[in-house]
Amino acid sequence: MSAGVDPSLDTAPPWLFTPRVVFTTMIVAVLALLPVYSMLTGNTFTLTLFTRVLILAAAAVSLNLIMGYGGMVSFGHAAYLGIGGYAVGILAKEGIGSGFAQWPVAIAASALYALVVGALSLRTRGVYFIMITLAFAQMIYYVAIGLDRYGGDDGLTIHKRSQFGFIDLSNRTTFYYLCFAVLLGSIYLVARIVNSRFGLVIRGSRSNDRRMRAIGFPTFRYRLVCFVIAGALCGLAGALLANHTNFVSPALMHWTRSGDLIVMVVLGGLGTLFGPLIGAATFLLLEEGLSRLTEYPDLILGPVLLLVAIYLNGGIEGLLEGRRRG
Amino acid sequence: MAEPLLLITGLTKRFGGVTAADAITLGIPAGEVHAVIGPNGAGKTTLIGLITGEIAPQDGAVRFDGGDITRLPVYRRNRLGLARSFQITSLFSDLTALDNVSLAVQAHRGHSFRFWRDARGENELRQPALAALDRVGLAERAGLKVAKLSHGEHRQLEIAMALATGPRLLLLDEPMAGMGPDESARMVRLLRQLKGGVTILLIEHDMEAVFALADRLTVLVYGRIIASGDPAAVRADPAVRQAYLGEKENKDKRGG
Repeated sequence: MSAGVDPSLDTAPPWLFTPRVVFTTMIVAVLALLPVYSMLTGNTFTLTLFTRVLILAAAAVSLNLIMGYGGMVSFGHAAYLGIGGYAVGILAKEGIGSGFAQWPVAIAASALYALVVGALSLRTRGVYFIMITLAFAQMIYYVAIGLDRYGGDDGLTIHKRSQFGFIDLSNRTTFYYLCFAVLLGSIYLVARIVNSRFGLVIRGSRSNDRRMRAIGFPTFRYRLVCFVIAGALCGLAGALLANHTNFVSPALMHWTRSGDLIVMVVLGGLGTLFGPLIGAATFLLLEEGLSRLTEYPDLILGPVLLLVAIYLNGGIEGLLEGRRRG
Repeated sequence: MAEPLLLITGLTKRFGGVTAADAITLGIPAGEVHAVIGPNGAGKTTLIGLITGEIAPQDGAVRFDGGDITRLPVYRRNRLGLARSFQITSLFSDLTALDNVSLAVQAHRGHSFRFWRDARGENELRQPALAALDRVGLAERAGLKVAKLSHGEHRQLEIAMALATGPRLLLLDEPMAGMGPDESARMVRLLRQLKGGVTILLIEHDMEAVFALADRLTVLVYGRIIASGDPAAVRADPAVRQAYLGEKENKDKRGG
């Protein structure tokens, strides 16, 4: 036996001055100060771009909860963005402008949808699970196209952002900080969940579901609840996205959008707290930058992602930890 | 006479054309160590699966502690006091040894819909888990991730997890599989300590271990019980010698 190994090694708190902590702190600091930069330089484009990063990062955080920690690879996660977005859009069109009504509806509708999808898909595994989540998302996509009253294929313009009393979301900076708060809040939420009793059941189930049942866990119901939490969280991100663009359309839920979310999570690092944020930022900035250089950004983005998938086990987060494959 | 702790009657399971369990009837009274031996493919692991509920039988019944559990799901049976270890190590490899056992403890401390508190800080889970690790001699390795433990330690951890659920019947599927002689000897010592406190159904190829531990012995061939009873008597049974022990001895001779 190698008695020289410190048994506390793997349980040591991660908040030491590792490259990872320094890097993460820097990112959060930059994001926190971005509106100041934008105000000083008058550069609103950067602020708009980063607002989008924050929102999609929140969506990626929710996907990471089920995919990274729970091993449930949902290929229909963009459906929640659409449901949350359409909840805001439809209510706004029907004259209900209050965010206190719109946002809870966005969250509840997404949670309900997740409950139905999860109840069916979580009885399967692997490829079948992926296919069922994709099939449901496609269904919702076509439902949205069929909503003639709400723009159908062309989408629906939202004339006024959600009303929250004295908080004015039409102010760019205010809206940015709201998105920032939602993102940090969801990261904190996930951090608490994955280390709680519930979270360990989810992680155990990802690692070895058969063993979980053998030691006495009815794992299905825990996985289902986790799936619903992630759906609700992503629905909130959808409500933010609709407010951000003042527009919702079926394109929001196209299956390639679900693919983008998976890429963000994998790129940043599966099952890490800040991985989804790093992944979303990298993905969206790369996409933005490349689309200026070339007409075909995917031609470069594709190989980059391939390299990450092959060489970086654990995504960018893993790289910061010095964890590499092979 | 009181009903044994575990009572299997007429249990039958066919996979396609293969009968893995052929009307198996077996009773294990509380406190007994009951070994099941048989050549590869005799249906030993299937038998454990049928008892734990991972495999549904086509016919027959399983009774535990006086109640019919034939139709209960795996986790419910575990809660009644039925725990198993796996032949092929089956652990949560990205968690620490202590986390693994803590999860087993947690499964028996009410529901786990607790989303906020850090489960690794809960003494209610960690103390019993450490005690179970200590019992199998792994206390010093508690903080290591499973992936960093040796094969023998994995086998010990398997037992610790089964123990942590507080079982009354322990189903051990080849606990010595792949172990060296030293590790095997340690495992035999460990199982001997458990003897009396918990009822054990032991599947094992290591004959030395079987005869050192078992109160009774059942021989399974092609899903059918060909002999069952006192180990010495079973060993002397000509049918057994021909079907299993003899074959094994020949193999050993050939092997060296």
